[in-house]
Amino acid sequence: MASMLMNSLRCCPPVNPAWAVQYATRSLSTSVQLHAQVQTKSKKTLAKPGVKNIVLVEGVRTPFLLSGTTYADLMPHDLARAALQGLLHKTSLPKDAVDYIIYGTVIQEVKTSNVAREASLGAGFSDKIPSHTVTMACISSNVAMTTGVGLITAGQCDTIVAGGVEFMSDVPIRHSRKMRKTMLALNRAKTLGQRLSLIGSIRMAHLTPELPAVAEFSTAETMGHSADRLAAAFGVTRLEQDEFALRSHTLAKQAQDAGLLSDVISFKVPGRDTVAKDNGIRPSSMEQLAKLKPAFIKPHGTVTAANSSFLTDGASAVLIMSEEKALAMGYKPKAYLRDFVFVSQDPKDQLLLGPAYGTPKVLARAGLTMDDIDVFEFHEAFAGQIMANLKALDSDWFAQTYMGRKVKVGAPAMEKFNLWGGSLSLGHPFGATGCRLVTTVAHRLLKEGGQYGLVAACAAGGQDSGRTEMMQEKTVYAYTHRVE
Amino acid sequence: MAGVRSLGALSRITAKRYNVLSDISCRTFSVAPAMSARTHVNYEVKEDVAVIRMNDPTSKVNTLSVQMQNEMIEVFNEVLANDAVQSAVLISSKPGCFIAGADINMIQACNTSEEVTKLSQEGQKMFARIENSPKPIVAAINGPCLGGGLEFAIACQYRVATKSKKTVLGTPEVMLGLLPGAGGTQRLPKMVGIPGAFDMMLTGRNIRADKAKKMGLVHQLVDPLGPGLKSPEERTIEYLEEVAIQCAKGIVNKKISLTKEKGMMQKVQDYVMGIEFVRQQIYKTVTAKVMKMSKGLYPAPLKIIESVKAGLEQGPDSGYLAEAQNFGKLAMTSESNALIGLYHGQVACKKNRFGVPERPVKNLAILGAGLMGAGIAQVTVDKGIHTVLKDTTVEGLSRGQQQVYKGLNDKTKKKTITSFERDFTLASLTGQLDYSGFEKADMVIEAVFEDLNIKHRVIKEVEAVIPPHCIFATNTSALPIKDIAAASIRPEKVIGMHYFSPVDKMQLLEIITTDKTSKDTTASAVAVGLKQGKVIIVVGDGPGFYTTRCLAPMLAEAVRLLQEGVDPKKLDALTTGFGFPVGAATLADEVGIDVAAHVAEDLGKAFGSRFGGGNVEVLKTMVEKGFKGRKSGKGCYVYTPGLKSKDVNPDIEDVLGKYKLTPNPLVSSDSDVQYRLVSRFVNEAVMCLQEGILNGPVEGDIGAVFGLGFPPCLGGPFRFVDTFGANKLVEKMKRYEEVYGNHFTPCQLLLDHAKDSSKRFHK
Repeated sequence: MASMLMNSLRCCPPVNPAWAVQYATRSLSTSVQLHAQVQTKSKKTLAKPGVKNIVLVEGVRTPFLLSGTTYADLMPHDLARAALQGLLHKTSLPKDAVDYIIYGTVIQEVKTSNVAREASLGAGFSDKIPSHTVTMACISSNVAMTTGVGLITAGQCDTIVAGGVEFMSDVPIRHSRKMRKTMLALNRAKTLGQRLSLIGSIRMAHLTPELPAVAEFSTAETMGHSADRLAAAFGVTRLEQDEFALRSHTLAKQAQDAGLLSDVISFKVPGRDTVAKDNGIRPSSMEQLAKLKPAFIKPHGTVTAANSSFLTDGASAVLIMSEEKALAMGYKPKAYLRDFVFVSQDPKDQLLLGPAYGTPKVLARAGLTMDDIDVFEFHEAFAGQIMANLKALDSDWFAQTYMGRKVKVGAPAMEKFNLWGGSLSLGHPFGATGCRLVTTVAHRLLKEGGQYGLVAACAAGGQDSGRTEMMQEKTVYAYTHRVE
Repeated sequence: MAGVRSLGALSRITAKRYNVLSDISCRTFSVAPAMSARTHVNYEVKEDVAVIRMNDPTSKVNTLSVQMQNEMIEVFNEVLANDAVQSAVLISSKPGCFIAGADINMIQACNTSEEVTKLSQEGQKMFARIENSPKPIVAAINGPCLGGGLEFAIACQYRVATKSKKTVLGTPEVMLGLLPGAGGTQRLPKMVGIPGAFDMMLTGRNIRADKAKKMGLVHQLVDPLGPGLKSPEERTIEYLEEVAIQCAKGIVNKKISLTKEKGMMQKVQDYVMGIEFVRQQIYKTVTAKVMKMSKGLYPAPLKIIESVKAGLEQGPDSGYLAEAQNFGKLAMTSESNALIGLYHGQVACKKNRFGVPERPVKNLAILGAGLMGAGIAQVTVDKGIHTVLKDTTVEGLSRGQQQVYKGLNDKTKKKTITSFERDFTLASLTGQLDYSGFEKADMVIEAVFEDLNIKHRVIKEVEAVIPPHCIFATNTSALPIKDIAAASIRPEKVIGMHYFSPVDKMQLLEIITTDKTSKDTTASAVAVGLKQGKVIIVVGDGPGFYTTRCLAPMLAEAVRLLQEGVDPKKLDALTTGFGFPVGAATLADEVGIDVAAHVAEDLGKAFGSRFGGGNVEVLKTMVEKGFKGRKSGKGCYVYTPGLKSKDVNPDIEDVLGKYKLTPNPLVSSDSDVQYRLVSRFVNEAVMCLQEGILNGPVEGDIGAVFGLGFPPCLGGPFRFVDTFGANKLVEKMKRYEEVYGNHFTPCQLLLDHAKDSSKRFHK
């Protein structure tokens, strides 16, 4: 799981003066403590002396669609291409101005295992730009972004495109191990006799395919099952989960209708219509939600299809640059990417608890408190998982027993939390969600006038990345994001 | 604590109810004073569900003691009388234990079978009331639900169990020579089918929750929870209770049906079982199987079959009566007495009477990756102890590593652990050829070849590299520890740890201390053994210690019998017929003829002519010819890989012919053959007690049964003397003594017991 702190470079209309102000603020704020004394309520910058400022210039994503809908006939790199082209289009970035491209994905299409490379070539980027693919379950694109941050910090690069893609309409279904073994042996067979005897050894059992499972390798437990147990461990009721799910869909619908989801680019799907909107947002009623039967733990479980994120196709991309470079190229950055934390826990009982562990850490690194954060974007894998994390953050007992803290950090205020919907309603293409969270924080900071934003997401394997930051002009925001 | 909690909860409910129904709240309130007097069972009413909580404050586990039963009846009556209650949940507030069984002491306190029958009938009556309760009762099971506990649970209308590894269901009564005496033999066949019920009751094995669900023993499973806002254990019980309450309500408002729909297979099975002929066949087959396995030495399995049959063929009244009467009869048998004695002994030998060691062993090094060394590694590595396995050759080491891997992988195949757990466990095992890292070892166990010179060399090499606190344990079956320790520069850290092969299957560990071994060294060795899951006896030093010393005369006698022309198969049949799980000839093959020859020679030297009997040359000649037992493919028998059946090795005829003895018909009847073998064993055991090698008869019995396969139905050599009568045994021995001389001279302690029949090893 990952949490990430951002602070926003809030852009006020007159660009140049604004930048001037910002620089001034930054230099002033080099002595953080002094600054804090002057401005008690979080007006400090999170810049660190001797560390480059890294900014988010732009972030886009394809519409997130339910798997098996309009994207059904594509391949993963097609979606990634669409996101990359959208980014190029939106930023007017010259195709050779990028130093490195990194993509995150979870379920890999074997033909395009380095999907970053296939997508960037296909999107028309210069073939001189190296690219690689990373994977860390649901925080894969967070890892793509933080890898980019690392490259910039290390002085290797100045301009990075990071993104993520997931394509659940088609997944690699394999032959059984027995069958694969026979087929490989067949390749090596020299005589007709050998071949015939190998073919003759094929039995019905050989033909059973192997399906990829959304299950932990180490525990063989599916994630939904784990989420249900987590919800039960924290005493999260079915009602609370359904309410949260309804909230997510309602807020997403409002944001969509109000045109706030400006990171969504429209995409002409070959052979199909142009899609411009996410299609999983379905505000329902509590009565309807209550009708659903539990999906994983039967019959007494609380996690249902409606309060879980659904299988989604989608891709995202962000442009990350050193501030210097961005300004030199005339960009108006949207936020500073300030800090991040990755944490890991027991993959059995705390699989989805990353945000609870990552958030306090990333806040501590930035010297901020929960109250200082203006915008929270947490990845909503399951409503029950979100509620469990919030309860964990709000429990002194949990903080003392499991996190070695004296007191809790507290839960984020709901009026700052996932206000434009979340993974439950917008959808969750595993590899792509991280960039959506970061871009949304930047956009919300700009829209709401906040200073710090925090992203958190949980990831399979019991990991989490927390990332703080993004600050701009007068506004700074921290964001944690956690990978799940 | 739990009492306080439930009282507190009750008062909350009461207060709430005041607003709604004042009369009910009065009633609930009036219950409270009575409740405070109860220490084992309490209940609180949650909405309209009575949550009955059990907790025996005097013990780590709940048992169905008199107190528990009385309070349960009291609570049950109140629950039935309480109009505010529609249904009930039965749960234990003890973490990790539902009910571990009936209180054995309650049965042992009875003097006649009638008394025990009455106990059984009281239990039957209580559970019949539970079964016929107009208010449905849901058993919420977390932790062991065994014996009487299981019978209680299956009398309830519905069962919910946690999927925790600690949750096991079963009827282990047969292992105590008893039967499920509170309705178990009557309810189980109806619940899980006749074959399933026989399997459970005749093997006594523990059934895990998921299997229990498949069998129809429980209705619903609840996952154990991880960290939340409370400790995982506490919250898991709470969650179990919540789910059970939901179920109880569901049954009341008919959302949950108690008559489950039968699948096609079930219907077919029921139909087939409805045919009397089929049932008769099943009884016949099961009886035959039991007779084959038990040789008729254990009455309990037959009584179980009898009770089940009575219920199914003659109706419930006869069934319950048969169960109660058979239970009474079994409780008075010597077999049951012996098995219960072993149970108590086993519990006693699972405790560390030497206290807590100064520093726990976290790093253990094993020298020698042979069968023994690798076996020790196998039982250590999965207990959170980092284990180093050292050998001198790559081949030897990889064989050992493969053995450890295979042991774990077999568990994976049986699904008792996941492949991940297997890999994770193996990460704690380091295989190596040198002494690197030995400076971190807390204990070294050597399992190198049984040769004093090699052991001396090893001890010197090891002591040069290990830290001062490190314990040196030697795994030997016969070499005196003080002789091995003679090469040590710190004999207080030297101890013997005698494992039995195969280490992962044999439960016994014999720990041998010398005069110089420090108490902390012993405490540490026992602690490691307990972690490895062993039943431990701690004995004094001497040639052959306790176990090998008892076995040697018996094997010498077996060789003599072979020389006298007894066929190996016949010898095996006579020993197994006496109750030994493995026949004497097969045992010699398993131990290894070479090892047996070695031991016989060593101990013969140490103890003189008393250890004579069979000619050691027989064994030596066999070894020369390559008949070293199972490991070499030939011994008394010929072993063909892949074949279970084995034939007598035709070539040993020659060997035996060469050393042929003429049997004396006065002492060569089948029964005499058996007693010749057993009396030498028993006499040597008693002598070990007399000489102070043994700490007491309990450890003597446990060592003989768990290490050497002494017939469990006899309870061990000491209980055998008590039951059989020392005078009768001495009488037999004197008869043999006349023929064979001092091989059969009874020891003084045995003679003392023979003279005074009030002297007994076990009270």
